[in-house]
Amino acid sequence: MTRRSLSAACAATAVIWGGATFAEISPADIVWEDEIAIPASLSGTPGDPVAGAVTVSSRSAGNCLSCHQNTAMPEHDFQGNIGPSLDGSGARWSEAELRGIVANAKRVFPESMMPVFYNDNPEDYIRPGEAYTARAYNPETFSTLLTAQQVEDVVAYLMTLTDW
Amino acid sequence: MKTMTKLWATVAICGAMLSSTAFADPHPDAELIIEGELHIATRAEPPEHLGGVLPEIYSGWLFRTDETRELQMDDFDNPGMLFAERGEDRWELAEGTANQSCADCHGDVESMAGVRAVMPKVNENGELWSMQNYINNCRTERMGADAWGWNSEPMKDVTSLISLQSRGMPVAVKIDGEAAEFWEKGREMYYTRFGQLELSCANCHEDNWGRMIRADHLSQGMSNGFPTYRLKNASIVPLHQRFRGCIRDTRGESFAEGSQEFRELELYVSSRGLGLPVEGISVRQ
Ligand code: HEC
Ligand code: HEC
Repeated sequence: MTRRSLSAACAATAVIWGGATFAEISPADIVWEDEIAIPASLSGTPGDPVAGAVTVSSRSAGNCLSCHQNTAMPEHDFQGNIGPSLDGSGARWSEAELRGIVANAKRVFPESMMPVFYNDNPEDYIRPGEAYTARAYNPETFSTLLTAQQVEDVVAYLMTLTDW
Repeated sequence: MKTMTKLWATVAICGAMLSSTAFADPHPDAELIIEGELHIATRAEPPEHLGGVLPEIYSGWLFRTDETRELQMDDFDNPGMLFAERGEDRWELAEGTANQSCADCHGDVESMAGVRAVMPKVNENGELWSMQNYINNCRTERMGADAWGWNSEPMKDVTSLISLQSRGMPVAVKIDGEAAEFWEKGREMYYTRFGQLELSCANCHEDNWGRMIRADHLSQGMSNGFPTYRLKNASIVPLHQRFRGCIRDTRGESFAEGSQEFRELELYVSSRGLGLPVEGISVRQ
């Protein structure tokens, strides 16, 4: 089953159970506030900052450190400096704003280098590939860079970064 | 309003970064001197067509570690030289239905001096060809032999040998006249944001050279060092293979090595380095 048909199935289940289960919000259904912020959780499950830290540092997940420094993670060397340091991002931005930045940074920062982590529509890209294989994407498996829960976890982690 | 204030804070942070970590000669004192005698410039005035987007143009050599830079300063330590040595044997080897070698038509390989510096260039039929196309044309049309694969061992050997004959000669690709339309297309590609990460060549090599992208020190993505011996691959890496790698890293679908698109990109990227000496065979990590 593809990710998208899976979330469609979840949505159907939610309707049958009268909304008792929370359907993941798909990228196309995000409701934005002030153009840049996403007030509602994408997964319906509170973010876990410990899992979020792993997603931020892992090269195969967020790989955020390829572009950002984060002094709270001295154990990870080779932190990039393409974007600003993550230090203090939890103090500068609200949770809804951080969700907006992680899901689609190009709304807050037009033309930004920062990738859009929550968009599963291949039509929005020029020559999208199948992960890092240099081959054309597979319509069956093309998905967001981070899952809804991973976005929530990363946001929860960023909220802990209040010193700068 | 609140958001604007925060945006300005971010801009200020970026501004501070611009002045401190990026956009400066990465090794102001480093000089590329091969075997203690051949001086190769690694900095040059930017070509006019760049319109001031780079203050000065730098060889990728300047962005590498001390150890990697040193490997290129000694032909005995430079592992790429082994490819050129094998290339010398291939230069002499008669092959194909005509039973002829490169040397039979071209004489000493020194006759190839200057060739690498003007590649890629428009051929007599108005097509844009890379050095590999010219080599394969000799093989199939003149020698009656098989074409070599773009990334094949014999192709690496002979392109390395031919490039070495232009070592120290400034890149001098032609970008006007018949070349202009190819150059335009290459330019457009350079600024196209490919792949799911939506990154263009310019995002990394024009906007962020000098910065770190994880463990990599971003250079200006110049092509004057190619073919390059890449330590990570333990082999010669032809320019189109490097292009493929960079597009792969955008989570994009690459073009094929040798494709029309990559030859056009090769012309444009070479033209950004107009004036930088050919280093072939350079060493990179
Ligand atoms: C390819 C580079 C790149 C990657 C990867 C990247 N970012 Fe960014 N990020 C940027 C840039 C550049 C900016 C600054 C905004 C701008 O000017 O475009 C930014 C801005 C931000 C900001 C606002 C910073 C501030 O000080 O206000 C946050 C928070 C952030 N990124 C978090 C993340 C997280 C979390 C990830 C991984 C899930 C990530 N980034 C991955 C390039 C990147
Ligand atoms: C995600 C960032 C990124 C993008 C996008 C990118 N590159 Fe690169 N490129 C690198 C890194 C990292 C290296 C290795 C370090 C260096 O030399 O800059 C590199 C190296 C190169 C080199 C070798 C330079 C040398 O001296 O050996 C060339 C040439 C090059 N890139 C061209 C391109 C072209 C053309 C494109 C667009 C098709 C492109 N790059 C897109 C990151 C990128």
